[in-house]
Amino acid sequence: MATPTVETVECDILIIGGGMSGCGAAFESKFWGSDLKVVIAEKAVIERSGATGEGLSAINCYMGQRYGWNTPEDFVNYVVNDMMGLAREDLVYDVGRHVDSSVHLLEEWGLPVWKKDDGTYERIGRWQIPIHGESIKPVTAEPARKAVGQENIYERVSITHLLADANDPNRIAGAVGFGVREDKLYVFKARAVIITSGGASNVFRPRSVNEGIGRTWYSVFATGSAYGLMIPVGTEMTQMEHRFVPTRFKDGYGPVGMWFQYFHARVTNALGEDYTVTRDEELDKYPPYGRAVPTPTPLRNHQMFLDIQAGLGPMYMRTEEAMQKLAEGDPEKMNKVREEAWEDFLDMTIAQALTWASQNIEPEVTPSEVNLAEPYIMGSHSGEAGAWVSGPEDLSPPEYFWGYNKMTTIRGLFAAGDGVGAAPHKFSSGSFTEGRLAAKAAVNFLRDNGDTPTVNDEQVRQFHQAIWAPLETFDKHKGASTAEDINPNYINPSQALVRLQKIMDEYAGGASAWYTTNGPTLERGIALIEMLREDLTHLAARNRHELLRCWEVVHRTWVGEAHMRHLLHRQETRWPGYYYRADYPSLDDANWRVFVNSTYDAANNRWNLRTRPFLNVVTNI
Amino acid sequence: MPTFVNPNACNACAGEHLGPLCVYICPNDLMALDTDANKGFNQEPQLCSECYACVKLCPQEAIEVRGYSDFIPLGASVQPRRVEGGLTWTVTFRNGKVLEFTYPSRSTPVGSSDPYRNFTEDPVDDLKGQGLAGESLWLGVHTLPTIQGSK
Repeated sequence: MATPTVETVECDILIIGGGMSGCGAAFESKFWGSDLKVVIAEKAVIERSGATGEGLSAINCYMGQRYGWNTPEDFVNYVVNDMMGLAREDLVYDVGRHVDSSVHLLEEWGLPVWKKDDGTYERIGRWQIPIHGESIKPVTAEPARKAVGQENIYERVSITHLLADANDPNRIAGAVGFGVREDKLYVFKARAVIITSGGASNVFRPRSVNEGIGRTWYSVFATGSAYGLMIPVGTEMTQMEHRFVPTRFKDGYGPVGMWFQYFHARVTNALGEDYTVTRDEELDKYPPYGRAVPTPTPLRNHQMFLDIQAGLGPMYMRTEEAMQKLAEGDPEKMNKVREEAWEDFLDMTIAQALTWASQNIEPEVTPSEVNLAEPYIMGSHSGEAGAWVSGPEDLSPPEYFWGYNKMTTIRGLFAAGDGVGAAPHKFSSGSFTEGRLAAKAAVNFLRDNGDTPTVNDEQVRQFHQAIWAPLETFDKHKGASTAEDINPNYINPSQALVRLQKIMDEYAGGASAWYTTNGPTLERGIALIEMLREDLTHLAARNRHELLRCWEVVHRTWVGEAHMRHLLHRQETRWPGYYYRADYPSLDDANWRVFVNSTYDAANNRWNLRTRPFLNVVTNI
Repeated sequence: MPTFVNPNACNACAGEHLGPLCVYICPNDLMALDTDANKGFNQEPQLCSECYACVKLCPQEAIEVRGYSDFIPLGASVQPRRVEGGLTWTVTFRNGKVLEFTYPSRSTPVGSSDPYRNFTEDPVDDLKGQGLAGESLWLGVHTLPTIQGSK
């Protein structure tokens, strides 16, 4: 085992993660602060890193203000209803009012947007525009790379811990990490930090259990580090109980939005029934959100889930019906629809195209199974987990404002994308936008605050020791067994991941538990996850690749524990179709239309949970 | 569905200054170089999301994908080839049927972006306002919306 060298990087702004939000933050920060040293730390390479690395077939957050399609107010109305009444209206509005500029810039840089004959954007749904988006990530990364400069992009560097100021635990001072491809430890000393790293896939046991564990719906590279970094330093988190359960094409997890909204396909059960028709009255149980248009995503899940529970599966997306209808018997029209249907997958979820080809599914002939996936905890799509951040000064009431837009409760620590809670439905374009907003605010913060925080060198030394420990643990104990994977002194990262996923699935309402849990079950799950967290100090890694996996499972475990503690705190079932509290089966607006927030107190290993008020800033919902 | 490398086609990107390009680009640190064989390989197939980043970048077209053993029957393939401004996909079904599709992916030459071209905002005077860089040019409406009397 090699002894690592230590590299110290001093900068004004450290951006952790080079996905859509990180690239937005990089681009924006250097416009307002061309004199500032801005650094990106990224565990992969920014051209293909993050959730959009594989490509996208649509921009799902676009107002079309210039066409008069939507106002930001319309967007807030939609989002608050879709979230069953709980989203930060100031944050959602802020994304909505700015997001068009991001989309237009991406197009200027080279993203091909589908156009109508008159040159206006084609539309899929109210907020969605189709793109030829296979290269959305390299197109986005290029100006970010140019903005901060090649020498300031630290790729293949995994960030493991944030650093607080030696004299003020509520002031950020930087971060530590390690080189994925070099025997190297890093300390980044920064005057401001922007967390743009990912939400969490693979916290719950997925429906596939072997090779298919990599075919997660949300990016398998998204390991919850946005939360795993912020929680341990005491950042106030919000809505960590929230999750997204996507309805997707079965196993390949191909997207369904285009099928529902653009091709107007139905899903039918074994009897040929459409659950949106047969389960319509179910919506009356969840006023006022049940009758919102469109029906909130969790309630559509819930309607389908009732069919599945009743033994009425398999559920089929009637692709053949929709395509034949659109083609109207015209082979030319059918060719166009077929090309569009396959592009939807080939641009962003290639596994689904292979799933179809391998099962001889021609969508114009054969319908395709859909299913509810395992839960995901994230903040950029239909999930709203993340940090509790300040809103913008012109919109936010005092309860939601503390000086700088997108700043967390830790001074100088900003968040964007999956890192920001209670601000869902921003998707790729909105995450890029939120990165820009956080970066501009961070420049403002630096102009107003000239202080340079002090890094605690002893703490850095301890973190560095902890980072490298799994390699040492393996070396020290490998002689105790003839088998590297069976050793009483350690667990390897894939074993830890499986343990986490089993706990979450069985105790926190995973797919095999039919998304159902209750208080006593959660308490038992929390007891088991506390032991897992202790065992994570006995992780072993044979090489740097496994060391990366070790720190990923540490971050995912923080997410799992926070999720369970928040689930336990919220005594209602607000999002049927995402999860069910069997002991509190109803939605309870009178008591629980509030945000559930938490802070972790590292000194006492204690979680503090509380609620924060929901305030109407834009809507009257 | 894990990637696999055709040993007869892989030359470990001889002469490429970034090293083997599959190793360079893999977002999940999966593609590695077998230094004995001097060939690329997927070191952790169960965490491969078949994002195809390596497949698209391989100059030798040496990387393919074998569908996830959990749920994909054998015999099909989906293979891209980069063409001017986009990709051509060959989709081969288990029953031998072949479809081919070509889609654009970028409308400008690689490297041509100019981050702040023609932006009119002033980095000092406009710092305190709500507008983002370039929005006077790119927002699409004249005035950034706000909520009257929201505070």
